[in-house]
Amino acid sequence: MVGSLLLLAMGMLFGWIGALQYLVPGFLVKWLSFEKIRPLHVSSVVFWIILAAMGSVLIYVQEHTGRKLYSALLTRLQLSLFSLSIPAIFISYCMGIFGGREYWEFPPVLALPIIAGWILFLINFTRSFGTFKQQPVYIWMWLTGIIFFLFTFLESYLWVFPYFRNNIINDMTVQWKSYGSMVGAWNMLIYGSSIFLMQKISGHKNDSHSRMAFALYFTGLFNLMFNWGHHIYTLPTYHFIQYISYVVSMTELLILGRIIWQWKSSVSKAAIHFHHTAFRFLVAADIWIFLSLLLAVLMSVPAINVYTHGTHITVAHAMGTTIGINSFLLLAIAVDTLSNSCSKESINEKWITKGYWITNISLFIFWISLVIAGILKAKWQMSTEKIPFSTMMLQLRPFFIVFLFSGLTMIAGFFIILYPILKKQISCYLVYILGERNPAEEPIRGTISMD
Amino acid sequence: MASDKNKIMIAASLVAIFLCYTFYIYASLPVKNFTANEAVSKGKRVWQEKNCGACHQIYGLGGYLGPDLTNEYSLRSTDFIKVFLNYGTPAMPNFNLSEQDINHLLAFLKSIDASGKSDPKTFTIHYNGTIEQ
Ligand code: HEC
Ligand code: HEM
Repeated sequence: MVGSLLLLAMGMLFGWIGALQYLVPGFLVKWLSFEKIRPLHVSSVVFWIILAAMGSVLIYVQEHTGRKLYSALLTRLQLSLFSLSIPAIFISYCMGIFGGREYWEFPPVLALPIIAGWILFLINFTRSFGTFKQQPVYIWMWLTGIIFFLFTFLESYLWVFPYFRNNIINDMTVQWKSYGSMVGAWNMLIYGSSIFLMQKISGHKNDSHSRMAFALYFTGLFNLMFNWGHHIYTLPTYHFIQYISYVVSMTELLILGRIIWQWKSSVSKAAIHFHHTAFRFLVAADIWIFLSLLLAVLMSVPAINVYTHGTHITVAHAMGTTIGINSFLLLAIAVDTLSNSCSKESINEKWITKGYWITNISLFIFWISLVIAGILKAKWQMSTEKIPFSTMMLQLRPFFIVFLFSGLTMIAGFFIILYPILKKQISCYLVYILGERNPAEEPIRGTISMD
Repeated sequence: MASDKNKIMIAASLVAIFLCYTFYIYASLPVKNFTANEAVSKGKRVWQEKNCGACHQIYGLGGYLGPDLTNEYSLRSTDFIKVFLNYGTPAMPNFNLSEQDINHLLAFLKSIDASGKSDPKTFTIHYNGTIEQ
């Protein structure tokens, strides 16, 4: 959990360098040019999401069953596999050694430890139960997420076989089939944990057994399986892929409708629990789910997608969802799981509140600037005048400047949130390590908790 | 509270349909009539090893710092492309590509150009929200 928070911090810094490279062409081009920075950024944040999601499942499963995990050894093995391969991946990026597939741009051998680690996770998770009978929806979601992540991750490596990679259209069809579903898989893990947390805060145990909860779960699963084609509407592949994805994606309108329907009760619920730090992140995520879903549903209509595809609207969508939804939900979970994990000393919540507002406001500006840059690029793509690419990019500069600065304040906001959480964890670790060596050495504890 | 049996039925049907869809696509990939070409494969490999896709898109997918290159081959002359590959630009690094690498990349760009058009202007938009080229 703590490792993943560090990845988040690192990832944001890389993202910021990337944004700077939009504005200052040639910045660091010799050492860390954009083809290195982009994977450094995207992999750091994706690993933050995946590792934090995995951590949340491993922790909450124990709270759910009231027992320890099936095997502490497996957990340790699993974490070591990840903590060996992730630095190796970053080193390969810095050295310019790529596998060159979007989002997983490292050489394919480095995927092996990740696959192995994930299989251990699957074993550890399933073995931690006595029975799967009458389980709440989050257990279904976790299991679905773990299995589908494994499946789609393997699927995304089918390109190593010439049969799949020899033709670009075939290759990209399978590639985006896997990526589209993979995002759905990690969302299953995160939403599952969020439902668990929500239930823990509100105390309503029946909600996660209700018909509605399962209806939403099956809608999510349906989309995970069949909506991936909305990434490749403009690819000359099978037409039926376009039609299926279009129709399936529109079922998300049901979810959107439900959010609007429940608006009032959500607001009053928010008012009751808003003092609760973890809950506050859940509220922010709810608002971002609404905004992102609205954008996503629009982008899933092929006739609109043909405009937005290939523009920064896609980036706005990607970062809006991974930050506004995934990261906020995971922070809620991090606050919850870490706040009573090692000592009774509470996390300084005033800091977190400040950071919370700075982050949300910045993210909104950040998101809007990308959407506007995207709209302008879409106009350029559709225009018959032949304005060169570089001229168009110059016209987008004002928005990239806003993007850069709101990115900076957003990072500041995140750091303000992370600082008290990490501080507590690090002091706990030190106490733990030093404490074990010499439990009587009280002054050390004193100095650590003093700053 | 829905019974386990119903839930398992729904989940199993979805999984079954998903697997059929998946294996249908694997077994019958969209493009069947093409000949695998050595130079194209090598060019694709260089494309991946240099991570050109972090800055360039193919069919609109990739990073956004540089332009989409799907139809670069028919839009520009090979000499024009070679200048970029040989020297880079302020934003695009010079990868010190060998003559061979460059020829392979050109073969790759030629093959993706032949695979279709990525320009959104070439699509017809229908009232039901679908698009067609
Ligand atoms: C760090 C980002 C980056 C990487 C990596 C990169 N390019 Fe570029 N490339 C650009 C940018 C930006 C432009 C637009 C010209 C400019 O403004 O500098 C460009 C322009 C081009 C052009 C000319 C496009 C036109 O019609 O104007 C070609 C061809 C090209 N790149 C090919 C490649 C190939 C092949 C690779 C991989 C070996 C590659 N690029 C890697 C950033 C990059
Ligand atoms: C929690 C924090 C963040 C997350 C989860 C995140 C996530 C992502 C993701 C998923 C992408 C890929 C987008 C795509 O393929 O369309 C991306 C791209 C990018 N992000 Fe972030 N991001 C974060 C913070 C930041 C910050 C603070 C900045 C700096 C201002 C930034 C700058 C960028 C840039 C420049 C790109 C590349 C866009 C391109 O392809 O041209 N990100 N980010």
